[in-house]
Amino acid sequence: MKSLRNYLDKIKPQFQKGGKYEKLHSTFDAFETFLFVPPHTTHVGSHIRDAIDMKRTMSIVVIALIPALLFGIWNVGHQHFLSHAMDVGFWDKVGFGALKVLPIVVVSYVVGLSIEFAFAQYRGHEVNEGFLVSGMLIPLVLPPDIPLWMVAVATAFAVIIGKEVFGGTGMNILNPALTARAFLFFAYPAFMSGDKVWIAEKADTFSGATPLADAAIATGGSVEFSHSLSDMFWGFIPGSIGETSVVAILIGAVILLVTGVGSWRIMLSVILGTTVAGLLVNLVGSNAYTNVPFYYHFLMGGFAFGTVFMATDPVTAAQTNRGKWWFGFFIGVLVVIVRIFNPAYPEGVMLAILLMNVFAPLIDHYVVESNIKRRLKRAKANTKLQTKVGAV
Amino acid sequence: MKDTKIKEPLFSAKNRKLLTAPLNKDNPITVQVLGICSALAVTAKLEPAIVMAVSVTVVVAFSNLVVSLLRNTIPPRIRIIVQLVVIAALVIVVDQILKAYVYNVSKQLSVFVGLIITNCIVMGRLEAFAMSHKPWESFLDGIGNGLGYGLILVVVAVFRELFGSGTLFGYHIIPQSFYDAGYANNGFFILPPMALILVGLIIWFQRSKNADLVDKS
Repeated sequence: MKSLRNYLDKIKPQFQKGGKYEKLHSTFDAFETFLFVPPHTTHVGSHIRDAIDMKRTMSIVVIALIPALLFGIWNVGHQHFLSHAMDVGFWDKVGFGALKVLPIVVVSYVVGLSIEFAFAQYRGHEVNEGFLVSGMLIPLVLPPDIPLWMVAVATAFAVIIGKEVFGGTGMNILNPALTARAFLFFAYPAFMSGDKVWIAEKADTFSGATPLADAAIATGGSVEFSHSLSDMFWGFIPGSIGETSVVAILIGAVILLVTGVGSWRIMLSVILGTTVAGLLVNLVGSNAYTNVPFYYHFLMGGFAFGTVFMATDPVTAAQTNRGKWWFGFFIGVLVVIVRIFNPAYPEGVMLAILLMNVFAPLIDHYVVESNIKRRLKRAKANTKLQTKVGAV
Repeated sequence: MKDTKIKEPLFSAKNRKLLTAPLNKDNPITVQVLGICSALAVTAKLEPAIVMAVSVTVVVAFSNLVVSLLRNTIPPRIRIIVQLVVIAALVIVVDQILKAYVYNVSKQLSVFVGLIITNCIVMGRLEAFAMSHKPWESFLDGIGNGLGYGLILVVVAVFRELFGSGTLFGYHIIPQSFYDAGYANNGFFILPPMALILVGLIIWFQRSKNADLVDKS
């Protein structure tokens, strides 16, 4: 550690004004602050009562994602060998999964960070650390068989169109990882939906339907799920790499909540919204899907992953506390609506969150307005009271 | 006295500017931000985009000419109605010609030919230019704006057809070996949102080249 610090101090002058590599200043800065806590974090007496900076916050999110990633790697292997009816050991599954998943992670990081660094150099900004999280989120919401060049194209699209055109990290309207996923979803639907893509190199004879597919194609009175409720909970089902295991995601959720990085209001209100909408739909109960008990919605598809890691994105969610309740609640309601009533999109979490991302500033606006109105009213009532008292 | 007044040549520098300014610094789509709707709708393929560009050019040019000729006789309070009558008559003529000679393209364009009547570029140029300028200048302005509109349409359509369908004018451009190697057409380019993003990128590119177009704020 010490020698690293000394080395950085030695080369630092070259990157400062007048130095040889002045142009690469922000690149140097990015690495220095990544390795060491910079001297300009807050210590005392500021309106931001915190001793950590954005890099630390983002690192916590990445740590919270690790259980989902590790489980995803194992599950990709597990599902593959299951579809071929082969009984192999734990490490074979992990090995196969790692060969599938890690290249996607590498491509996502390399493409995204190169673009981020290029923009930072060009604009003379600091390199922002937002992509450390996005770069991990993107692989986890993709199917395991996605071609790598598509990952590269989608990442580039998400970083440039989703983020940089709005001014970079902190200014984006849409969640970058979901922007990448939405891009792929609409650009290459054959690779992002259907019953083939959710298991890596699936055997043709194996059905391998996801719970969402089971529910979407069900006819008659009830849905025949090909997986048990506990399998859905633990995550032994086909799906996007990181979304299958509710348990692994819950571990991440606990990390986010304990450290205060993720908003409990949003997570809770998304669950509330889905519960309310799910129960309402159950009451109507006109076809098989509407008869699915509401708690199934928590375990199917990307609900858990989206609720914990996507909806709570501090940049694109509502900023006010009251706004967060509405923001989350509507995401929950929309998830059920899209899943059940729109046959073209079996999964509604991505679209629900993106749509509410767009509405988040509006929600905040009305929360702030109503607050101003309430306080004005109170101020008026007070002055009235005072004048009355004065008159007496 | 009559001879002392020098007649302006047909293509004087000022008139040439009427033709060329809309191609870049005064482009109807990227600078005046008019006619966006049809630019999104008809650019999925190159052929309809070109036909649409030509149709709009003809309509803008001739409606500019006619309204400019009538400009001193139109009562201001009903000028919009008079302009609409002129535009609508021209659009119907164009629509009939398209149906007679390029029926397939006309079917692809469907309502968007009729909607030229409400295309903001046509009304915009009539109000902003033809009502206050001489016929020849107005005619050139119409041609220029039609071409400026067409230029953006063609650029967007080339990208959308090439990446969305792998073709240009319906001929395969991207070789089969690409598809065999794992390439796939990008379905997002076929959808209207991508046209909006492409127009946005063109605006971005154009403004980074012309600093004086950037809003001062």
